[in-house]
Amino acid sequence: MTGYRVAGRGRVDPDARLRFIFDGRSYEGLHGDTLASALLANGVHFVGRSFKYHRPRGIMSAGVEEANALVGVDRGRGRYTPNTRATVLELYDGLTAESQNYWPSLRYDIGAVNDIAAPLIPAGFYYKTFKWPASFWNKVYEPVIRRSAGLGRAPTAPDADRYASRFAHCDVLIVGAGPAGLAAALTASESGARVILADENPEIGGSLLSDPAVQIDGKDAWNWLEEARATLAGRANVTLLTRTTAIGYYHQNFLGLVQRLTDHLPAAASSLPRERMWKVRAAQVVLAQGAIERPLVFDGNDRPGVMLAGAGRSFLNRYGVKVGNRVAVVTVHDSAYLAAFDLARAGAGVATIVDLRRNPRAALLAEARSLGIEVLSGWTVTATKGRARIAEIRVNPVDQNGKVGAARMIGCDALLMSGGWTPSVHLFSHSKGALDWREDLQAFVPGAPNEAVRCAGAGNGTFGLAAALAEGAAAGAATAGSAGTPTVFSVDGEAPFSGVYFRELPTDRDPTRAKAFIDFQNDVTAKDIRLAVREGFRSIEHVKRYTTNGMATDQGKTSNINGLMIAADAVGKPAPEVGLTTFRPPYTPTTFGAFVGYSRDAHFEVERKTSIDSWAEANGAVFEPVSLWRRAWYFPRSGESMHEAVARECRATRRSLGIFDASTLGKIEVVGPDAAEFMNRMYTNAWTKLAPGRCRYGLLLGEDGFIRDDGVIGRLSDERFHVTTTTGGAARVLATMEDYLQTEWPDLKVWLTSTSEQWAVIALNGPNARKVLEPLVQGIDLNGEAFPHMAVREGKICGVPTRLFRVSFTGELGFEVNVPARFGLSVWKALIEQGRPYDITPYGTETMHALRAEKGFIIVGQDTDGTVTPHDAGMSWAIGKTKPDFVGKRSLARPDMQDPKRKQLVGLLTEKPETVLEEGAQIVDGPYAAVPMPMIGHVTSSYHSETLGRSIALALIQGGHGRKGETVYVPMPGAMHKATITDTVFVDKEGAKLNV
Amino acid sequence: MLLIHCPYCREARPEIEFSYAGEAHIARPADPSVLSDEAWRDFLFIRSNPRGTHYERWRHTHGCARFFNAVRDTVSDKFLMTYEAGRPRPSEAEIEEHRS
Repeated sequence: MTGYRVAGRGRVDPDARLRFIFDGRSYEGLHGDTLASALLANGVHFVGRSFKYHRPRGIMSAGVEEANALVGVDRGRGRYTPNTRATVLELYDGLTAESQNYWPSLRYDIGAVNDIAAPLIPAGFYYKTFKWPASFWNKVYEPVIRRSAGLGRAPTAPDADRYASRFAHCDVLIVGAGPAGLAAALTASESGARVILADENPEIGGSLLSDPAVQIDGKDAWNWLEEARATLAGRANVTLLTRTTAIGYYHQNFLGLVQRLTDHLPAAASSLPRERMWKVRAAQVVLAQGAIERPLVFDGNDRPGVMLAGAGRSFLNRYGVKVGNRVAVVTVHDSAYLAAFDLARAGAGVATIVDLRRNPRAALLAEARSLGIEVLSGWTVTATKGRARIAEIRVNPVDQNGKVGAARMIGCDALLMSGGWTPSVHLFSHSKGALDWREDLQAFVPGAPNEAVRCAGAGNGTFGLAAALAEGAAAGAATAGSAGTPTVFSVDGEAPFSGVYFRELPTDRDPTRAKAFIDFQNDVTAKDIRLAVREGFRSIEHVKRYTTNGMATDQGKTSNINGLMIAADAVGKPAPEVGLTTFRPPYTPTTFGAFVGYSRDAHFEVERKTSIDSWAEANGAVFEPVSLWRRAWYFPRSGESMHEAVARECRATRRSLGIFDASTLGKIEVVGPDAAEFMNRMYTNAWTKLAPGRCRYGLLLGEDGFIRDDGVIGRLSDERFHVTTTTGGAARVLATMEDYLQTEWPDLKVWLTSTSEQWAVIALNGPNARKVLEPLVQGIDLNGEAFPHMAVREGKICGVPTRLFRVSFTGELGFEVNVPARFGLSVWKALIEQGRPYDITPYGTETMHALRAEKGFIIVGQDTDGTVTPHDAGMSWAIGKTKPDFVGKRSLARPDMQDPKRKQLVGLLTEKPETVLEEGAQIVDGPYAAVPMPMIGHVTSSYHSETLGRSIALALIQGGHGRKGETVYVPMPGAMHKATITDTVFVDKEGAKLNV
Repeated sequence: MLLIHCPYCREARPEIEFSYAGEAHIARPADPSVLSDEAWRDFLFIRSNPRGTHYERWRHTHGCARFFNAVRDTVSDKFLMTYEAGRPRPSEAEIEEHRS
């Protein structure tokens, strides 16, 4: 048992001793401790340095509001968590943690010079200081700022833990299992309603955990609590979630709860996920979030050993730890007396209570007297002393007129402070409920709600145990409508609860030299707030951002009201007029893992595979992602580079036969009596005269006239079209078609069906394509005259149904074999077998791209970018000129769409045949133009053409169609490349190879 | 996450099943060719962007796949009502009725 542990107190298990390591030193704690309580039990108060001034800091609270005691927790590789609040970090055997914000050591920290230099780094110093000279930015300011910026050390290894998520629905979600939340849960669940009760602590009870002496229904608080827990646990309609933080309250009673499952267990002891995100939709919500104590604002209020009075009481009653042996108290509120009394009874010496109020309650004064505690009422604290821990406080009397008298020093090893209590309205605010100002509490409380929500207890500004229980029960009953009857609780031994509010405590010293902290985590002092107002910031939102008050990871839980009150005073307006800054989710810092849940690695997004994918994998394909598909990129033979493999695939396809898995093409079946009319209205082309059995290249525009998608479309009968789209555009095109059909032309009798995944598509390209198909196809005459280019036939291949297209995306004799997806692999294998005599060569997307570029076939989204018209792309031929209308037609007639200076698609041939331009490279007119050179276009596609033995490129160039033969320049790293503008078709310009 | 009432499925479903599809009651002109450039520009690009009541299109993409219309308050983000595509813009009285 260490010097500060109090036997017989707290909910810790004295027989369950745990070892833990803090900053390399080994300590002992007990099961039930937090890291904070265990450190305090070992007399350790100095646990970190502050963010800006690197001042020594201790433990200031016993809960989630902690702004000082942030530590890094190391649970092994991939399990390092910085900025963990020691006050909510449950102790386990072997816990390893370290303090933050120092170099080289916590005790001797170079950055502490900032504290001495504090007058040089006032509010907004980033904006004021690092301006000149410009050359200092890269070399001096930025490296220094970067090194000192940020809290803690970010982990670098991938997160080794798993995270879960689930949806849940309930009648009543109750946030907070303190007295009000428990009363609500007990009442609401009585009627059989499905209740979820969530609390961020390891056990339910809230404030009761720190107040064991009070009695409810004639029972000691902890006995009552255990009975309440057993009652709720015994009800099948109640889900009790501890270690579960409601992080955000969203529309229509949708709340996010993060449940921590393993952080309290020894590292690597469990196969459970680390955290689970509950996404809860509740018919009714009861918020019983409680209240957070406010610090007092005086010089040196941040010294290790200075903490909130309620925290001092919690450490004693909940964890069996006294925070000091000579404790002083400074307060404006009754509640601090309770901490003093409990500590005095537990044997911690309590020297003095400094009460700013002139006339504290007589009962409190009498009890203080009986415990031998001196009460200085109408006194103030003006300074603290001590290095790694408080050693003395300077106290002064304040007379009726506010005049501060002569100082007196009082020795102490801990100082408890209470500035009153702030209701936690965070979640209510998330839900866009209005906040009302309560003058008596000097705090905002929930006002008119925006959702089906009720607030109860201290979080609603209802302080006192009996009142909180009654309000919680009433809220619980109300959720059940008229059926609900509030449970009635009786309370004995309730303490008084009233106080006043002070901004900066009165002082006889120069207040502009005081380090009186408001935001402990971001090192914002009272004088920073006043400086911001003097410099012209009036809106509280601006004051917040300029001073960074309330912007740290604690989001101002202890600093918002103090910051607001001082800003309001400086502005000269009442606090409610100045208003509060916005509360935003999450309520407390939340791991990325909790949000990511299952969606990581292979589960990050869907990976779609074609029915032929397994063959490609077995045959050594290298894959690339294309929208959500994984596609074979190229098929290297052993020892081949990508360039060599692609060159071989290109040669084989042009000379004999290539085979390509085109299954990812989007496919839409357009069917109905008005199918042709619908196609006429959607696509630029004319469809009425396209005979069944024939295909046409279709171009789809947006209403703005720009190219959106393209693809070959086959007409199978008068009333049936087989539409293909780009791989990435399939869903978008179908949605666009549905939109027009449902909302603009609901009179058309047309049905649209996505068939992308129903058809496997095998493209055969090359002079020998027909020879391989012929023996396998039944019922289709493949002869060139019977089955010309751009035709489609239905029949059988290898005994299974096929829609056979004669189309080509390579410029060679080409067929696209569509078979039901389940036959894709077997037909593919049969074709490979049949093609052996012709050295049939599987090729991937890279070869497909290179071969189509040789023919000048565009890829939508690569050679177009959403600002390219059919004319720009050189495809005016695809427009049905006589059609009265189609999507985008009117826009093509706008004057700017006909500007001859528009960027137009052309070919580019570099002066040096081996130069392959970078796709996306900018194009300029001359190499010697003044910088910045006007950019006249950019490269859209660029490849080595195996067929031509040189590079080729496509580009969008201003007025390009009229500039063929001209020379342009392409600046790239290290060189300025010269190129000639050409036609877009590089190979077989007359299409002789297609018509065989 | 909002709950959205699909007027075809006749039930409230979570927002992730739906996609937004722009302002409602902007019909495509029957014959765009007779429109002036200005009128066509207005049809293409000019939207009301109000503070308050907004008539807008949604699609129950991962449900019945139908497009429908909604009245939503752009300040509170709340849906005031939803109705089938093709129905005229509801009156204030109709919206009030749904609100209560």
